[in-house]
Amino acid sequence: MEHSAQEVTVHHEPGGKEVVQKIIKTTVILSVITIIELGMGLAMYAWPMAEGLKLFLKGVIVILSLAKAFYIVGIFMHLGDELKNMIMTIVVPLLLFIWFIAAFLWDGNSWKTLRNTYNKPAVENVAPAAHGAGEKH
Amino acid sequence: MATVQAHTETKWWGGGKSPFNIEYGKLMMWYFLMSDAFTFGAFLISYGTIRFSQNYWPDPNEVFNAFPLAGHANLPLAFVSLMTFILIVSSVTMVLAVHAGHHNDKKGVIKWMIWTIIGGFAFLGCQAWEWTHLITGDHAALINGEIKNIGTTVTMNPWGPASSITGADGHLVNTTGPVAFGGYFFGITGFHGFHVFSGVMINIVMLIMTINGTFERRGHYLMIEKAGLYWHFVDLVWVFVFLCFYLI
Repeated sequence: MEHSAQEVTVHHEPGGKEVVQKIIKTTVILSVITIIELGMGLAMYAWPMAEGLKLFLKGVIVILSLAKAFYIVGIFMHLGDELKNMIMTIVVPLLLFIWFIAAFLWDGNSWKTLRNTYNKPAVENVAPAAHGAGEKH
Repeated sequence: MATVQAHTETKWWGGGKSPFNIEYGKLMMWYFLMSDAFTFGAFLISYGTIRFSQNYWPDPNEVFNAFPLAGHANLPLAFVSLMTFILIVSSVTMVLAVHAGHHNDKKGVIKWMIWTIIGGFAFLGCQAWEWTHLITGDHAALINGEIKNIGTTVTMNPWGPASSITGADGHLVNTTGPVAFGGYFFGITGFHGFHVFSGVMINIVMLIMTINGTFERRGHYLMIEKAGLYWHFVDLVWVFVFLCFYLI
Protein backbone atom coordinates (compact mmCIF):
# COMPACT_ATOMS: atom_id res chain seq x y z
CA MET A 1 0.00 0.00 0.00
CA GLU A 2 1.47 3.29 -0.97
CA HIS A 3 1.03 6.32 1.18
CA SER A 4 1.64 9.24 -1.08
CA ALA A 5 0.51 12.82 -1.31
CA GLN A 6 -2.29 11.68 -3.62
CA GLU A 7 -4.44 10.57 -0.75
CA VAL A 8 -4.54 14.17 0.42
CA THR A 9 -7.33 15.58 -1.71
CA VAL A 10 -7.63 19.07 -0.26
CA HIS A 11 -4.66 21.36 0.15
CA HIS A 12 -4.83 23.38 3.31
CA GLU A 13 -2.46 26.16 2.37
CA PRO A 14 -4.05 29.31 0.93
CA GLY A 15 -2.03 32.05 -0.77
CA GLY A 16 1.50 33.00 0.27
CA LYS A 17 1.28 36.49 1.74
CA GLU A 18 -1.60 35.84 4.16
CA VAL A 19 0.19 32.83 5.61
CA VAL A 20 3.39 34.76 6.27
CA GLN A 21 1.36 37.55 7.87
CA LYS A 22 -0.40 35.00 10.07
CA ILE A 23 2.98 33.56 11.11
CA ILE A 24 4.33 37.02 11.98
CA LYS A 25 1.18 37.84 13.95
CA THR A 26 1.47 34.59 15.92
CA THR A 27 5.15 35.25 16.62
CA VAL A 28 4.29 38.67 18.03
CA ILE A 29 1.51 37.20 20.19
CA LEU A 30 3.82 34.47 21.56
CA SER A 31 6.58 37.00 22.33
CA VAL A 32 4.23 39.44 24.04
CA ILE A 33 2.69 36.69 26.20
CA THR A 34 6.19 35.50 27.17
CA ILE A 35 7.22 39.03 28.16
CA ILE A 36 4.06 39.46 30.26
CA GLU A 37 4.75 36.09 31.96
CA LEU A 38 8.34 37.12 32.73
CA GLY A 39 7.16 40.47 34.08
CA MET A 40 4.76 38.71 36.44
CA GLY A 41 7.42 36.18 37.49
CA LEU A 42 9.86 38.98 38.29
CA ALA A 43 7.18 41.04 40.07
CA MET A 44 6.63 38.13 42.47
CA TYR A 45 10.37 38.26 43.23
CA ALA A 46 10.84 42.04 43.35
CA TRP A 47 7.93 43.04 45.57
CA PRO A 48 6.81 41.29 48.73
CA MET A 49 3.19 40.26 48.33
CA ALA A 50 0.53 38.21 50.07
CA GLU A 51 0.49 34.45 49.35
CA GLY A 52 -3.03 34.74 47.94
CA LEU A 53 -1.97 37.35 45.39
CA LYS A 54 1.07 35.25 44.45
CA LEU A 55 -1.15 32.24 43.87
CA PHE A 56 -3.45 34.36 41.71
CA LEU A 57 -0.50 35.59 39.59
CA LYS A 58 0.74 32.01 39.20
CA GLY A 59 -2.74 31.01 38.04
CA VAL A 60 -2.71 33.77 35.44
CA ILE A 61 0.74 32.65 34.22
CA VAL A 62 -0.58 29.07 33.81
CA ILE A 63 -3.53 30.33 31.74
CA LEU A 64 -1.20 32.47 29.59
CA SER A 65 1.00 29.40 28.98
CA LEU A 66 -2.05 27.45 27.85
CA ALA A 67 -2.82 30.30 25.43
CA LYS A 68 0.74 29.98 24.06
CA ALA A 69 0.26 26.23 23.64
CA PHE A 70 -3.00 26.91 21.76
CA TYR A 71 -1.24 29.24 19.31
CA ILE A 72 1.73 26.91 18.75
CA VAL A 73 -0.48 23.87 18.11
CA GLY A 74 -3.22 25.67 16.22
CA ILE A 75 -1.16 27.97 13.98
CA PHE A 76 2.45 26.72 13.83
CA MET A 77 1.52 23.04 13.73
CA HIS A 78 -1.52 23.80 11.52
CA LEU A 79 -3.80 21.60 13.64
CA GLY A 80 -6.46 24.27 13.25
CA ASP A 81 -6.50 23.61 9.49
CA GLU A 82 -7.21 19.88 9.82
CA LEU A 83 -10.61 18.21 9.74
CA LYS A 84 -12.58 18.49 12.97
CA ASN A 85 -12.73 14.71 13.47
CA MET A 86 -8.95 14.48 13.24
CA ILE A 87 -8.51 17.35 15.72
CA MET A 88 -10.80 15.56 18.16
CA THR A 89 -8.75 12.34 18.06
CA ILE A 90 -5.80 14.42 19.34
CA VAL A 91 -7.57 16.77 21.75
CA VAL A 92 -10.08 14.47 23.46
CA PRO A 93 -7.45 12.04 24.88
CA LEU A 94 -5.58 15.03 26.31
CA LEU A 95 -8.60 15.74 28.53
CA LEU A 96 -7.20 12.92 30.70
CA PHE A 97 -4.74 15.53 31.96
CA ILE A 98 -7.52 17.25 33.92
CA TRP A 99 -7.88 14.22 36.17
CA PHE A 100 -4.16 13.47 36.05
CA ILE A 101 -3.11 16.90 37.35
CA ALA A 102 -5.89 17.31 39.92
CA ALA A 103 -5.48 13.83 41.42
CA PHE A 104 -1.70 13.89 41.75
CA LEU A 105 -1.34 17.42 43.11
CA TRP A 106 -4.03 16.54 45.63
CA ASP A 107 -2.01 13.46 46.53
CA GLY A 108 1.17 15.51 47.01
CA ASN A 109 -0.65 17.92 49.27
CA SER A 110 -2.00 15.00 51.27
CA TRP A 111 1.54 13.64 51.81
CA LYS A 112 2.60 17.01 53.15
CA THR A 113 -0.32 17.15 55.57
CA LEU A 114 0.28 13.59 56.78
CA ARG A 115 4.01 14.16 57.23
CA ASN A 116 3.46 17.40 59.11
CA THR A 117 0.90 15.71 61.34
CA TYR A 118 2.69 12.45 62.16
CA ASN A 119 6.39 13.22 61.62
CA LYS A 120 6.99 16.29 63.78
CA PRO A 121 10.82 16.46 63.55
CA ALA A 122 10.57 16.90 59.78
CA VAL A 123 8.53 20.04 60.41
CA GLU A 124 10.87 21.46 63.02
CA ASN A 125 13.89 21.04 60.76
CA VAL A 126 12.41 23.48 58.31
CA ALA A 127 12.71 27.12 59.33
CA PRO A 128 9.46 29.00 58.76
CA ALA A 129 11.13 32.10 57.25
CA ALA A 130 11.62 31.57 53.52
CA HIS A 131 15.04 32.22 52.08
CA GLY A 132 15.20 35.69 50.65
CA ALA A 133 12.32 36.99 52.74
CA GLY A 134 14.48 39.51 54.55
CA GLU A 135 17.50 39.89 52.28
CA LYS A 136 18.48 41.05 48.85
CA HIS A 137 21.57 39.93 47.01
CA MET B 1 -10.33 24.36 19.58
CA ALA B 2 -14.05 24.85 19.22
CA THR B 3 -13.67 27.88 16.93
CA VAL B 4 -11.62 25.96 14.40
CA GLN B 5 -13.25 25.30 11.04
CA ALA B 6 -12.21 22.67 8.55
CA HIS B 7 -11.71 23.84 4.98
CA THR B 8 -13.72 21.18 3.26
CA GLU B 9 -17.11 20.76 1.71
CA THR B 10 -18.23 17.54 3.39
CA LYS B 11 -18.16 17.26 7.12
CA TRP B 12 -18.37 13.46 7.38
CA TRP B 13 -16.35 10.78 5.75
CA GLY B 14 -18.16 9.11 2.86
CA GLY B 15 -15.52 6.59 1.82
CA GLY B 16 -13.30 6.58 -1.21
CA LYS B 17 -10.75 9.00 0.18
CA SER B 18 -8.53 9.53 3.18
CA PRO B 19 -10.99 9.97 6.10
CA PHE B 20 -8.94 12.66 7.81
CA ASN B 21 -7.66 14.10 4.54
CA ILE B 22 -4.14 13.84 5.90
CA GLU B 23 -1.13 11.85 4.83
CA TYR B 24 -0.46 8.63 6.76
CA GLY B 25 2.98 9.59 8.11
CA LYS B 26 1.77 12.98 9.26
CA LEU B 27 -1.18 11.45 11.11
CA MET B 28 1.13 8.96 12.81
CA MET B 29 3.47 11.80 13.77
CA TRP B 30 0.51 13.49 15.47
CA TYR B 31 -0.31 10.34 17.45
CA PHE B 32 3.33 9.90 18.42
CA LEU B 33 3.44 13.50 19.65
CA MET B 34 0.24 12.95 21.64
CA SER B 35 1.85 9.96 23.40
CA ASP B 36 5.04 11.99 23.96
CA ALA B 37 2.89 14.73 25.51
CA PHE B 38 1.72 12.15 28.05
CA THR B 39 5.31 11.15 28.80
CA PHE B 40 6.32 14.75 29.47
CA GLY B 41 3.05 15.34 31.28
CA ALA B 42 3.72 12.38 33.60
CA PHE B 43 7.20 13.73 34.41
CA LEU B 44 5.93 17.24 35.09
CA ILE B 45 2.99 16.02 37.17
CA SER B 46 5.33 13.81 39.21
CA TYR B 47 7.45 16.92 39.82
CA GLY B 48 4.33 18.81 40.87
CA THR B 49 3.32 16.04 43.28
CA ILE B 50 6.68 16.07 45.04
CA ARG B 51 6.75 19.86 45.11
CA PHE B 52 3.28 19.95 46.68
CA SER B 53 4.43 17.44 49.30
CA GLN B 54 7.30 19.67 50.50
CA ASN B 55 7.11 22.41 53.11
CA TYR B 56 9.79 24.37 51.32
CA TRP B 57 10.71 24.72 47.66
CA PRO B 58 13.49 26.95 46.21
CA ASP B 59 12.49 30.20 44.49
CA PRO B 60 13.51 29.94 40.79
CA ASN B 61 14.38 33.66 40.78
CA GLU B 62 17.16 32.93 43.26
CA VAL B 63 18.47 29.76 41.61
CA PHE B 64 18.44 30.92 37.98
CA ASN B 65 19.94 34.38 38.19
CA ALA B 66 23.25 34.00 36.33
CA PHE B 67 24.16 35.11 32.82
CA PRO B 68 27.30 34.20 30.83
CA LEU B 69 30.12 36.73 31.27
CA ALA B 70 28.04 38.74 33.76
CA GLY B 71 29.95 37.46 36.79
CA HIS B 72 27.92 37.52 39.99
CA ALA B 73 25.36 40.05 38.76
CA ASN B 74 21.86 39.20 39.98
CA LEU B 75 19.86 38.77 36.76
CA PRO B 76 16.90 36.54 37.61
CA LEU B 77 15.39 34.66 34.67
CA ALA B 78 17.39 36.68 32.10
CA PHE B 79 19.26 33.73 30.60
CA VAL B 80 16.26 31.42 30.46
CA SER B 81 14.31 34.21 28.71
CA LEU B 82 17.01 34.25 26.06
CA MET B 83 16.72 30.46 25.69
CA THR B 84 12.93 30.76 25.37
CA PHE B 85 13.21 33.37 22.64
CA ILE B 86 15.82 31.32 20.76
CA LEU B 87 13.38 28.39 20.73
CA ILE B 88 10.40 30.54 19.67
CA VAL B 89 12.43 32.07 16.82
CA SER B 90 13.66 28.66 15.65
CA SER B 91 10.02 27.53 15.69
CA VAL B 92 9.12 30.49 13.44
CA THR B 93 11.91 29.70 10.97
CA MET B 94 10.62 26.10 10.91
CA VAL B 95 7.10 27.30 9.99
CA LEU B 96 8.65 29.36 7.22
CA ALA B 97 10.53 26.27 5.97
CA VAL B 98 7.26 24.29 5.92
CA HIS B 99 5.59 27.21 4.14
CA ALA B 100 8.36 27.30 1.52
CA GLY B 101 7.87 23.53 1.12
CA HIS B 102 4.19 24.04 0.32
CA HIS B 103 5.26 26.17 -2.63
CA ASN B 104 7.97 23.69 -3.69
CA ASP B 105 10.50 26.45 -3.09
CA LYS B 106 13.69 24.43 -2.63
CA LYS B 107 15.93 27.44 -1.91
CA GLY B 108 13.51 28.75 0.70
CA VAL B 109 13.35 25.38 2.45
CA ILE B 110 17.16 25.17 2.55
CA LYS B 111 17.52 28.71 3.91
CA TRP B 112 14.94 28.32 6.69
CA MET B 113 16.08 24.80 7.65
CA ILE B 114 19.63 26.13 8.13
CA TRP B 115 18.32 28.89 10.44
CA THR B 116 16.24 26.36 12.38
CA ILE B 117 19.27 24.11 12.86
CA ILE B 118 21.35 27.08 14.05
CA GLY B 119 18.58 27.96 16.54
CA GLY B 120 18.54 24.38 17.83
CA PHE B 121 22.30 24.33 18.38
CA ALA B 122 22.14 27.75 20.08
CA PHE B 123 19.52 26.43 22.50
CA LEU B 124 21.58 23.31 23.26
CA GLY B 125 24.66 25.48 23.87
CA CYS B 126 22.70 27.65 26.31
CA GLN B 127 21.44 24.58 28.14
CA ALA B 128 24.96 23.18 28.40
CA TRP B 129 26.14 26.45 29.93
CA GLU B 130 23.25 26.54 32.39
CA TRP B 131 23.79 22.96 33.54
CA THR B 132 27.53 23.54 33.94
CA HIS B 133 26.90 26.69 35.93
CA LEU B 134 24.45 24.95 38.27
CA ILE B 135 26.57 21.85 38.82
CA THR B 136 29.91 23.59 39.30
CA GLY B 137 28.59 26.75 40.99
CA ASP B 138 29.60 26.98 44.65
CA HIS B 139 26.92 28.06 47.10
CA ALA B 140 27.38 28.15 50.83
CA ALA B 141 25.03 25.79 52.64
CA LEU B 142 24.82 24.64 56.24
CA ILE B 143 25.36 20.87 56.40
CA ASN B 144 25.46 19.24 59.87
CA GLY B 145 26.41 22.55 61.48
CA GLU B 146 29.23 23.24 59.03
CA ILE B 147 29.23 25.74 56.18
CA LYS B 148 30.14 23.97 52.94
CA ASN B 149 30.20 25.20 49.34
CA ILE B 150 28.18 22.89 47.11
CA GLY B 151 26.66 23.00 43.64
CA THR B 152 23.17 21.98 42.53
CA THR B 153 23.17 18.31 41.47
CA VAL B 154 20.83 15.34 41.68
CA THR B 155 22.12 14.64 45.21
CA MET B 156 22.78 18.17 46.53
CA ASN B 157 20.67 21.29 46.82
CA PRO B 158 22.09 24.41 48.48
CA TRP B 159 18.83 26.37 48.01
CA GLY B 160 17.07 25.53 51.25
CA PRO B 161 15.47 27.84 53.80
CA ALA B 162 17.74 30.37 55.57
CA SER B 163 19.47 29.26 58.77
CA SER B 164 20.26 31.55 61.70
CA ILE B 165 24.01 31.60 60.94
CA THR B 166 25.62 34.51 59.09
CA GLY B 167 28.08 33.62 56.35
CA ALA B 168 31.24 35.35 55.12
CA ASP B 169 29.27 37.68 52.83
CA GLY B 170 27.08 38.96 55.66
CA HIS B 171 23.95 37.06 54.57
CA LEU B 172 22.29 34.25 56.43
CA VAL B 173 23.56 30.90 55.17
CA ASN B 174 20.98 28.54 53.60
CA THR B 175 20.29 25.10 54.90
CA THR B 176 20.08 22.39 52.25
CA GLY B 177 16.83 22.19 50.30
CA PRO B 178 14.87 19.23 48.93
CA VAL B 179 17.13 16.93 46.90
CA ALA B 180 14.28 16.30 44.44
CA PHE B 181 14.75 19.82 43.07
CA GLY B 182 17.96 18.93 41.20
CA GLY B 183 16.72 15.47 40.24
CA TYR B 184 13.59 16.80 38.57
CA PHE B 185 15.30 19.81 37.05
CA PHE B 186 18.09 17.83 35.39
CA GLY B 187 15.81 14.91 34.58
CA ILE B 188 13.10 16.89 32.82
CA THR B 189 15.24 19.59 31.16
CA GLY B 190 17.59 16.77 30.16
CA PHE B 191 14.76 14.80 28.56
CA HIS B 192 13.65 17.95 26.78
CA GLY B 193 17.23 18.69 25.71
CA PHE B 194 17.43 15.16 24.31
CA HIS B 195 14.34 15.93 22.24
CA VAL B 196 15.93 19.16 21.00
CA PHE B 197 19.07 17.23 20.08
CA SER B 198 17.20 14.54 18.16
CA GLY B 199 15.11 17.29 16.53
CA VAL B 200 18.27 19.01 15.31
CA MET B 201 19.55 15.68 13.95
CA ILE B 202 16.24 15.07 12.11
CA ASN B 203 16.40 18.62 10.72
CA ILE B 204 19.95 18.05 9.47
CA VAL B 205 18.84 14.87 7.67
CA MET B 206 15.92 16.81 6.14
CA LEU B 207 18.31 19.56 5.03
CA ILE B 208 20.62 17.06 3.34
CA MET B 209 17.67 15.37 1.62
CA THR B 210 16.42 18.76 0.42
CA ILE B 211 19.84 19.74 -0.92
CA ASN B 212 20.09 16.38 -2.70
CA GLY B 213 16.75 17.10 -4.37
CA THR B 214 14.98 14.06 -2.88
CA PHE B 215 11.80 16.00 -2.14
CA GLU B 216 11.96 17.87 -5.43
CA ARG B 217 11.89 14.53 -7.30
CA ARG B 218 9.13 13.28 -5.00
CA GLY B 219 7.05 16.34 -5.89
CA HIS B 220 6.18 17.35 -2.33
CA TYR B 221 7.86 18.42 0.90
CA LEU B 222 5.65 16.47 3.34
CA MET B 223 8.75 15.19 5.18
CA ILE B 224 9.59 18.79 6.08
CA GLU B 225 6.08 19.12 7.52
CA LYS B 226 6.56 16.02 9.66
CA ALA B 227 9.96 17.20 10.92
CA GLY B 228 8.29 20.56 11.55
CA LEU B 229 5.58 18.97 13.71
CA TYR B 230 8.26 17.35 15.86
CA TRP B 231 10.22 20.60 16.14
CA HIS B 232 7.16 22.62 17.16
CA PHE B 233 6.32 20.00 19.74
CA VAL B 234 9.76 20.53 21.29
CA ASP B 235 8.94 24.25 21.52
CA LEU B 236 5.52 23.40 22.96
CA VAL B 237 7.04 21.26 25.69
CA TRP B 238 9.48 24.04 26.54
CA VAL B 239 6.49 26.34 27.21
CA PHE B 240 5.50 24.01 30.04
CA VAL B 241 9.03 23.27 31.27
CA PHE B 242 9.61 27.04 31.39
CA LEU B 243 6.32 27.44 33.26
CA CYS B 244 6.91 24.71 35.83
CA PHE B 245 10.59 25.25 36.61
CA TYR B 246 11.25 28.93 36.09
CA LEU B 247 8.04 30.94 36.39
CA ILE B 248 5.94 29.48 39.17
